[in-house]
Amino acid sequence: MEKPTKVVMDCSTGIQEIIELTDEEIAQMEVDRANAEADRATREAEAEAKAEAKASALAKLAALGLTADEIAAL
Amino acid sequence: MANTFYEISTVTVGSGGASTIDFTNIPATYTDLLLVSSVRTSRAAYHESLNMSFNGLTTDRTNKRLYSDGSSLVSTSGSTMYGGQASGATATASAFSSSSIYIPNYTSSNYKSSSEDEASENNATSALLAINANLWSSTAAITQITLTPENGGTIQEYSTATLYGIKNS
Repeated sequence: MEKPTKVVMDCSTGIQEIIELTDEEIAQMEVDRANAEADRATREAEAEAKAEAKASALAKLAALGLTADEIAAL
Repeated sequence: MANTFYEISTVTVGSGGASTIDFTNIPATYTDLLLVSSVRTSRAAYHESLNMSFNGLTTDRTNKRLYSDGSSLVSTSGSTMYGGQASGATATASAFSSSSIYIPNYTSSNYKSSSEDEASENNATSALLAINANLWSSTAAITQITLTPENGGTIQEYSTATLYGIKNS
């Protein structure tokens, strides 16, 4: 199986090369990828929890008798 | 802010695609840097974010991000730096996403902040917009910039990235 490659531009020469990733770079990329996925999952969970809390708060305000315009004005 | 732009280098990805785009040996002769990209990846989604690292290091990176996919606006913090947006494999064929990153004072001995804006290109209802404030907590001068798809997609042929140096004329 071919190794993934990177495109490298040497700004001092203007020469662009295509270079195979080393095993170390591939391993690091996998770690970064896993971390990114974990970060994304955390962010999405936080956003979902926040949206649920907002919906709950709006429902409680409506139950108290506030109109949609009054809630929007808060 | 410096006022004159100079093109340093442009990368164009060839037919085999690439896992990353690297600019190395960035000259220290400018005040600021601007990196503009047009990217598509193989990720099986309509978009894919690009992570950014300096000098080959993935440490000391933090980020504040504000993004929306049209249904909600989300603010996040994270331990990466964002370096752009790419259209994914399910985006409209031949669509490439546009991004720009401004990196002031890239040779200073202070920590390096950068600001970035991005928009996924997709001729459909799904699209993503984001602005990012990145910080690299390092005093080293930036000599290398690497863009890496966040979810493991391969950068597709015809993707481009152009690095500009900026200084007072």
